[in-house]
Amino acid sequence: MAILECVEASFGYDANIVLSDVDFSLCGGEYLCILGENGAGKSTLIKGILGLIAPAKGKVLFGEGLKSHEIGYMPQQMMINSNFPASVLEVVLSGRINSMGARPFYNSADKKDALEKLELMGMKGYEKRSYRDLSGGQKQRVLLARAMCAAKKLILLDEPVSGLDPAATAELYDIIKKINSEYKMTVIMVSHDTKAAVSYASHILHLSHTQLFYGTKDEYVSSRVGLEYLKGADIGC
Amino acid sequence: MLINTIETIFAYPFLTRALVAGVLISLCAALLGVSLVLKRYSMIGDGLSHVGFGALAVASVLNLAPLGVAIPVCIICAIFLLRIKNSSFINGDNAIAIVSSGALAIGILVISMSSGMNTDVYNYMFGSILALSREDAMLCVIMSIVIISLYILFYNRIFSVTFDDVFASATGTKTGIYSIVLAVLTAVTVVIGMRMMGALLISSLIIFPATISMKISGTYKKVICISAVLSVLCFVIGMIVSFNADAPVGASIVVINIIVFIITSVVTAVTRRIR
Repeated sequence: MAILECVEASFGYDANIVLSDVDFSLCGGEYLCILGENGAGKSTLIKGILGLIAPAKGKVLFGEGLKSHEIGYMPQQMMINSNFPASVLEVVLSGRINSMGARPFYNSADKKDALEKLELMGMKGYEKRSYRDLSGGQKQRVLLARAMCAAKKLILLDEPVSGLDPAATAELYDIIKKINSEYKMTVIMVSHDTKAAVSYASHILHLSHTQLFYGTKDEYVSSRVGLEYLKGADIGC
Repeated sequence: MLINTIETIFAYPFLTRALVAGVLISLCAALLGVSLVLKRYSMIGDGLSHVGFGALAVASVLNLAPLGVAIPVCIICAIFLLRIKNSSFINGDNAIAIVSSGALAIGILVISMSSGMNTDVYNYMFGSILALSREDAMLCVIMSIVIISLYILFYNRIFSVTFDDVFASATGTKTGIYSIVLAVLTAVTVVIGMRMMGALLISSLIIFPATISMKISGTYKKVICISAVLSVLCFVIGMIVSFNADAPVGASIVVINIIVFIITSVVTAVTRRIR
């Protein structure tokens, strides 16, 4: 049984279908990279997977006991007010709310988990610092720690490296890889970065208003779509 | 002089009432203000006060219970304004301007057709300590306690929704309900605070303490605490000043807030320069 399955799903807003006929399934422990240009429907698919919009057609199914609100979501950094006065610990702890049920306040287990996740991100000792004083890369790691607190088996990252310098980008990719390989977390990452996708992901989903390609990384590299985009990426460099 | 003033305040029941109700309203406004300012909803407080004025004017002309009319009307408008913020039907700021000036216009028309400008109307506009009756004070106290308890109970969730509502709803928090809770609490705070601060000044009670405390601290809990303490402090000082100088209480409180705002702005700018 797959952990996530999209069955001929189409998504849109009101009557406008933005993304049609997405059909793939992801097993536990895999690392899927969703590629596509701006406006290709990547963000729409994310909303569909998170349950923020319902599919207009088809289905989004979860398996292996996963529920939609147990996905650790990491938004694009620009979605968050960068001047927000909050400590790092306050931000990371908010990832625990989905497992609190009706309990109004955090307990010591919540705090322990949040601190562990921060340590995993290499951010130990930062818990009392203010989120707004951090660098771009540090902010991303805090948001990733929050996503890890919320995640049971699957994390979903929306362009995690956008706006980061090359060093911070490499660091973040390494952390994501570690989460996937050592912590057996299934990863879905939306990206513009075709080269990184090919070097880190196990599977590739390429979108352009519909599904252009879905398969393993090796299949992608030798596919027509993959060849075209990788060539483009090379010229781009 | 200060001790004399405090003695006098406790000697007159109506002043004690005003002090207790004012402290509680200041607390509520400060707590809600942080979320409203961070979500860029702060002008909703201003819009709601005009709606409150319109509703109070209509209620007084029709001889209905003022707060009994104003609270539900403001709650409906608050929910409408918070919802419209996320829709493409009309721009949120325009909606606030339309609703607030519309309500104010209706209020003014209704008043001019009946009694004309009298002390009651003046008190609604600019606020008065004397306007607070025994029943009003009781209602203020009960409502404030309800608002503060709900805020503490939902504190962590309100933080999560304020910080990142997409993440919050993706991880199963019903963000729609929290924005309605925020709208309802804001509406109630604005209406009960209006009697003392005045319709034209109540929004400053929401905006100033939150804005000042965000300059001082970078963590959410501290911002909330500093905002609450500042709000109460500015209220008490404002009330003492207004009592001694025989000045309107709402305006005095706002001026104290402005002074604190300027001082913190200068101090934070200077310390940043030194660092």
